[in-house]
Amino acid sequence: MSDPIIKIQNMNKWFGDFQVLKNINLEVEANKKIVVCGPSGSGKSTLIRCINRLEEHQEGDIIVDGNELSEKTKDIEKIRAEVGMVFQQFNLFPHLSILDNCTLAPIWVKKMPKKEAQELALDQLKKVQIDDQANKFPGQLSGGQQQRCAIARALCMQPKIMLFDEPTSALDPEMIKEVLDAMVSLAKGGMTMIVVTHEMGFAKEVADEVIFMDEGMIIEKADTKEFFANPKSDRTKLFLSQIL
Amino acid sequence: MQTINFLKPNRDNIKNYSIIGSFLVLISLIDVISNAFLKTNLTSFLHGSLSSLFPLILGLIGLNMMRIDYSGNKTLDKLNKNINTNNFNAVLTLLILFSIIKALPPSLSWMILDANISGDSKDACTGTGACWTYIKVWFRRFMYGMYPNEFHWRINTAFILVIALGFVGYFMKENLKKYLALYYVIIYPVIAYLVIYYLISGGSFGLQWVETGAWGGLSLTFIVSFFCLIFCFPLGMIFALGRRSNLPAIKYISICYIEFWRGVPLITVLFMSSVMFPMFLPEDFFMDKLVRVIIAITLFEAAYCAEVIRGGLQSLPRGQYDAAKSLGMGYWKMHIFVILPQALKLVIPGIANTFLALVKDTPLIFVVGLAELAGMLALAKTNPKWLGFAMEGYIFASIIFWIICYAMSKYSYNLEAKYKTER
Repeated sequence: MSDPIIKIQNMNKWFGDFQVLKNINLEVEANKKIVVCGPSGSGKSTLIRCINRLEEHQEGDIIVDGNELSEKTKDIEKIRAEVGMVFQQFNLFPHLSILDNCTLAPIWVKKMPKKEAQELALDQLKKVQIDDQANKFPGQLSGGQQQRCAIARALCMQPKIMLFDEPTSALDPEMIKEVLDAMVSLAKGGMTMIVVTHEMGFAKEVADEVIFMDEGMIIEKADTKEFFANPKSDRTKLFLSQIL
Repeated sequence: MQTINFLKPNRDNIKNYSIIGSFLVLISLIDVISNAFLKTNLTSFLHGSLSSLFPLILGLIGLNMMRIDYSGNKTLDKLNKNINTNNFNAVLTLLILFSIIKALPPSLSWMILDANISGDSKDACTGTGACWTYIKVWFRRFMYGMYPNEFHWRINTAFILVIALGFVGYFMKENLKKYLALYYVIIYPVIAYLVIYYLISGGSFGLQWVETGAWGGLSLTFIVSFFCLIFCFPLGMIFALGRRSNLPAIKYISICYIEFWRGVPLITVLFMSSVMFPMFLPEDFFMDKLVRVIIAITLFEAAYCAEVIRGGLQSLPRGQYDAAKSLGMGYWKMHIFVILPQALKLVIPGIANTFLALVKDTPLIFVVGLAELAGMLALAKTNPKWLGFAMEGYIFASIIFWIICYAMSKYSYNLEAKYKTER
């Protein structure tokens, strides 16, 4: 068994007086795909935002690829460059074309030559099948196309880990499939992924493990088949019965 | 009801109705025009006040006959939608039209028909109209202040050079474009300063020294506005970012700065800069009055710019920050490539507002003895040889200021359109 790429130990986080995450323990090995589900307000998004330190945790340790995240972490940008993230609201940069969205970070963060970055970006855009839209602006694209572009943008940084924060929640049902397809093919390529989603079909298809969270705690963590076949806790059973 | 319906058109007879209606409106306009321009009352056969109300009533009936929800005729529909939605608006439309017509003849005769422009002394102005001779004679003073006449070419050359250097950005080679911001924020102001210093101040290269006290008129307005504009914007940006900083020292320094400068009136700042400030300086240290004034206005306006820019920064969704951070960008990269380009685009109208206010605030430097355009007017109107022409002077200055400000606001619209991307 290899060393986990993400290791979270006894992590606690508060927003003011409100404790959003309670005693989180989680280990993710390289190339594993984890799906995190649970009712809204259960802290799923906060958990994965902690992994690239968009949110700061107050207690416990988070170790990403051998680097501990804390106030003392100096090169947080370096760690973030290794961890790609896809957001619910796409968060493309509206003032840049699709291609520039994808090349911005490689050029300025990784110091990649412009030409190389553009080739890489077109390559990634091709994988999510929007290379023909490269010169358009985000506002001219459909939601599904924007989200696929956001995936390509994150992949252009050639990250070791990809985090997905409800990537399909803001999309029309018709567009969900095209985004999920892109994610499935990414998963089959061997990327380490942590996906917060309600798409249980996706979880069944690609996830190695499923985590169920409620009220800031990890209620259940099990292999995918096990999770859906015989969930242990009553809360999980209730949740599954409602969304399946 | 029948009588009102009689005047109401429907889609079948709208053609006839609109012809009759516009004819009635035309008659009412002709009546007012002949009244205003030819001083003849076509309706003198009517009794007293009825005669003066006649065009209004006629016009109202005319507009009423033309009013219809939808006619299919584009011009007519546009007219109805904009100025003829109901009787009240029709009356307002007519009254505004009539007032404009009534006001035209007296202002025309004062400004043009009865005005004088020939000659070069007050005696040339004999008419009852405006005395443009005054503006003509004082024109060079209004433009260049007390700057010696034979050296005016120096100011002109300096301005042409500075403007030409400002266009360098358009012709820059593609691979140098990334230094554009650096050029405009640092290099350009320095070059502009040197050009203005060596050409207008003189003192070297065989050019005679002209002290800043002699500068004035519109050229001084331009110099003060120009330097304040290019310096206050980057400074404001720094304080806007500073106020949002996570570092308490930077944050509170920025807040103090902004609140201090927004809290004091510009006129006191100018007084302080020219009266109090030198007292705190060492004996042998000298800073020119004009430089002090420019610094004072820059610091003052930077606080306003900062708040406008902060508004833009705050209107960006948090997701933009998240996305930039998640791609591994640090504070500066995130702001330079993602946040500021979007925020500055959003604040173009607000910044244009601040800049226009700045240009119109420059006349205040008169209180410290610098006479730009409005200041020169104030001096000129107290000249014993030319008493009594304040009106002409102020109209002249208003027109000049209006042209400057309108050009600036047009330019800001262009910028907005240029940087518009669909969201």
